[in-house]
Amino acid sequence: MSMLSLLSPHLPVLTVLLPAFTAMLLVLIGDSRERLVLTRRIALASVTLGLLLALKLALDANGGELRVYRVGDWPAPFGIVLVVDRLSALMLVLTQAVALPVLLYASGGWDSHGRHFHALIQFQLMGLCGAFVTGDLFNLFVFFEVLLIASYVLLVHGQGKERFRVGVQYVAINLAASALFLIGVALIYAVTGTLNMADLAQRVPLVTGDEALVLKAAALILLVVFGVKAAMLPLYLWLPATYAAASAPVAALFALMTKVGVYSIVRVHGVIFGADGGASALVAEPWLLPLALGTSALAVFGALAAQTLPRLVAYLTIASVGTILASLGLFSTAAWSAALYYMAHSTLVIAALFLLVELVASQRGDADSRLEAGAPVAQPVLLGLMLLLAAASAAGLPPLPGFIGKLMVLQASSGHDAQVWIWIVVLSVGFLTLVGLARAGSLLFWSTRPELAGTGTAAGASSKLVLATIALLVGGVAMTVLADPLKRYTDAAAAQLTDHRAYSLGVLGGEGVDTTRPYVFPRPAAGAPAGQGTEGGP
Amino acid sequence: MNVSMEFLVASGIGWVTACGVFLMLRGRSFPVVLGLTLIGYAVNVFIFAMGRLWTGAQPIIGNGEVVADPLPQALVLTAIVIGFATTGFVIELALRSHHESGTDQVDGKEPGA
Repeated sequence: MSMLSLLSPHLPVLTVLLPAFTAMLLVLIGDSRERLVLTRRIALASVTLGLLLALKLALDANGGELRVYRVGDWPAPFGIVLVVDRLSALMLVLTQAVALPVLLYASGGWDSHGRHFHALIQFQLMGLCGAFVTGDLFNLFVFFEVLLIASYVLLVHGQGKERFRVGVQYVAINLAASALFLIGVALIYAVTGTLNMADLAQRVPLVTGDEALVLKAAALILLVVFGVKAAMLPLYLWLPATYAAASAPVAALFALMTKVGVYSIVRVHGVIFGADGGASALVAEPWLLPLALGTSALAVFGALAAQTLPRLVAYLTIASVGTILASLGLFSTAAWSAALYYMAHSTLVIAALFLLVELVASQRGDADSRLEAGAPVAQPVLLGLMLLLAAASAAGLPPLPGFIGKLMVLQASSGHDAQVWIWIVVLSVGFLTLVGLARAGSLLFWSTRPELAGTGTAAGASSKLVLATIALLVGGVAMTVLADPLKRYTDAAAAQLTDHRAYSLGVLGGEGVDTTRPYVFPRPAAGAPAGQGTEGGP
Repeated sequence: MNVSMEFLVASGIGWVTACGVFLMLRGRSFPVVLGLTLIGYAVNVFIFAMGRLWTGAQPIIGNGEVVADPLPQALVLTAIVIGFATTGFVIELALRSHHESGTDQVDGKEPGA
């Protein structure tokens, strides 16, 4: 018990350290065949522990607690802070809830197709958790890099010509995005003198005139960066080929990566450059909603035209991100709550779909994952029902949570100028998703070529693989059963995001400090307190 | 004096970035990697310059009127380390891709092939 109370204040940093140390341990153990079972057990134990940790943080956050962890006990904004509020805790739970079934699935054989799979997954989780708990913009960049570097290697897991080809493109576009991220962060620092998110939320409204223009440019550069990660309209072209080429468990885990982009947009463009942002308030608003609706619409056409199963699911990933971003683009607490609920659900369903389509493809003989008539699958009833459930969830049919999420989005848009467009896009995307998945389903299960029977795997999928996939689907369905407490949670999370004062009190303590810049502005900028700095540190 | 230094640094960053963007739009992975590296250099100098350019300012603490901002220097160090590691990785990945597909054209086949 005393051990627990000793650890209790360190829980936010433990979410990062746990996967970090597990990863190092796994690297030390190595990945020889005889140790595979041991590494699997360690990885699964670590992620289970991480899930419990995330649930504990979410329960605490649900009580209204804002956990602030000052790394090295340096006072904010001079040191780096980790902050766990309701949104961060929700993202942590989602991350671990996807990671656990994915690991279980990968333990069914995929992890032996390359080297250090489990260690890399842990590094990826470290980056994801770190990005979700950090309260510092530059630290966010660092954790982005951690999760990206792990994802570069995970993408080529299992190797093969196609994976290396898209791997180079994926790395190149992400390195370009990272360069833009640094430019945006540097510009924000140049104008405000801080990168602490709580401090920024206080300082950005004070910036006026020419400096506000620089700040707006920086915010829009960051929108491009997060747009690349989240796969927003002109920047999603890298995603379908990449996710389709990745091995199934990796693609399922990558369903979380687009959500890092979404999360960053909430933090930066929703909160720091939100409605209270002074001269640079709501800088993303004219862009976010139209681009998000366009993303959804184009992606669902991509899904209809897809030639292979993973590509179909990859396009559905983009379509769901479009719906989330459209809801965020409404800039109201009700819409944000809807976005968070829908995000949690769609991530679970997309991850389940990535696993499911591989299960199906592995039983179709030579047709594999191509959308054409192939050998009949060995377990048509089981896999068919699973696909039906996943498809109904993804399309948003009642009473599944996809429906509740979309209903919340539609409700939140009432009265908005673009309400008509939102209704048209969200509803027709739901319908076309259903058409796309129904086409896939009928090809897979009904339009088979019986003369090829027996060319696929006759044994059917191992129970481990099926269980892992069902766990994700059940997680999605559980969101319907728990819809009431979950909606209250996301409502509170959205309200908490708009409460700058409580956030800055929690992080900075009191009113914060005057400036962190150690030098005086050469020219007196009217109304820019950041320029009238005192010298020296604390 | 100050103005010319800022002009020089700004146009230097701009020129290197332009070269980087040009190289990054090439169809082969080697120029793309070079372009990414050049952009990385330009961004590093850019971050450094965002702490303002000083001549003869105190480092961190001293008796002088002005002190140079140490934070962008710390940020640049982090960015350099990360950039170095990712460049190393992308070179290795491009080499491996070249071995797998027999070409370093980004779409995996020689033009016209």
